[in-house]
Amino acid sequence: MPVTLYRIDDRLIHGQVVVGWGQPLGIGLIVLVDDNVAASDWEQDLYRMGVPPEMELRFADVASAVRDHASYSADRRASIVVTGDIATMYRLVEGTGAINQVNVGGIHHRAGRAQKMRYLFLTPDEETQLRRLMSTGVKVSAQDVPAARPVPIEDVLGPAPAETTG
Amino acid sequence: MTSSVHRGEPGEEERPQPRAIVAGHGSFADGLVSAVQQISGCGDVFIALSNQGLAGQDIESRLRAASADSGARVFFTDLPAGSSTVAVRRIMRDDSGIVLITGANLATLLEFVFQPDGDLAQAARNAAEKGRSALAVHGGS
Repeated sequence: MPVTLYRIDDRLIHGQVVVGWGQPLGIGLIVLVDDNVAASDWEQDLYRMGVPPEMELRFADVASAVRDHASYSADRRASIVVTGDIATMYRLVEGTGAINQVNVGGIHHRAGRAQKMRYLFLTPDEETQLRRLMSTGVKVSAQDVPAARPVPIEDVLGPAPAETTG
Repeated sequence: MTSSVHRGEPGEEERPQPRAIVAGHGSFADGLVSAVQQISGCGDVFIALSNQGLAGQDIESRLRAASADSGARVFFTDLPAGSSTVAVRRIMRDDSGIVLITGANLATLLEFVFQPDGDLAQAARNAAEKGRSALAVHGGS
C-alpha cells in the first residue's frame, strides 16, 4: 500500500499524528525521518514510548529513508512518513522521486518566523523551501488534522515575489 | 486539605502553593483545573498550561519555567504520545526527581489534591490508580 501521508511536523510524534491521523486512517506504521533522532537511542526511546503497541514506529536518517522508501510503500499497512522540517522532506522528495503529495501539519512559532496560519509559522527561508518543494511537482497542502480543510500551500504563501533584475 | 499554604500579608487570603503542573492540548488543563476548583476549592494546587500553537522546544521551556518558578515537581499530562508528555520526559532526563502522570483525568487530580505532602511518587501512584478506576462503561448491553 502506498504511504498514506507524508507529513512535515516539528513536533514529530505527538497526539495529532498518533491519534488525530493514526486512528481514522488505521495507521499501522509510522516512519520518523530525522538525522538527529536516527542517531540517538535516547530520542528514539522517547518517541517510541508514546506509540501504542498496534503501531510500529521506525526511525531513519534521510539516506536510509531514501534507500528503504520502496519497502514503506510495499508495506500492507497504512503508513505515515513524518519529518520535522521542510528541508528534510525536500531531501526525501528529491531522493526518492516517488512522493506526489506532502502535508504540512505543524511548524510552530519561533523567533524569526511569521504566522501564516494557526499552526504554521515560517521564516522567509522556509517560505523559499516550500516554494522549491512545490516546484518539484509535489502537491503541498496545510492541514493539521483530518477534519480540517486542506489548504493549498500556494494559497497560504501567495504569489512568489518577483525576482529583481539588475 | 493537605497541600502546603502560601502565607502572604496579614489579611491576605491564604493560597495553596502550586504542587503540580497540568499540561496538554487545547483547554484540557484549564478545564480540569477549573473543575477541581469547582469541586474542591483547591484549583490553586495546579498550574495549567496549554501546548496550543507552540513548538516542542517552547513547550519544554515553558514547562521548565513553570516548575522552576513554582517549585512544582509533579506533571500531569493528557496523552502518553502528546507533545507535553514528550517535553516533560526531556525535563526528566535532567532531573530524576520529577514525577510524570500521563492520561490524567479529573478523578486523578482530585485524588492528588488530597494526598499528603511528602512522597510525591506515592501520591502520583495513588492519583493514577484513582483515575484508572474512575473509567467505567455503563449500559450498552
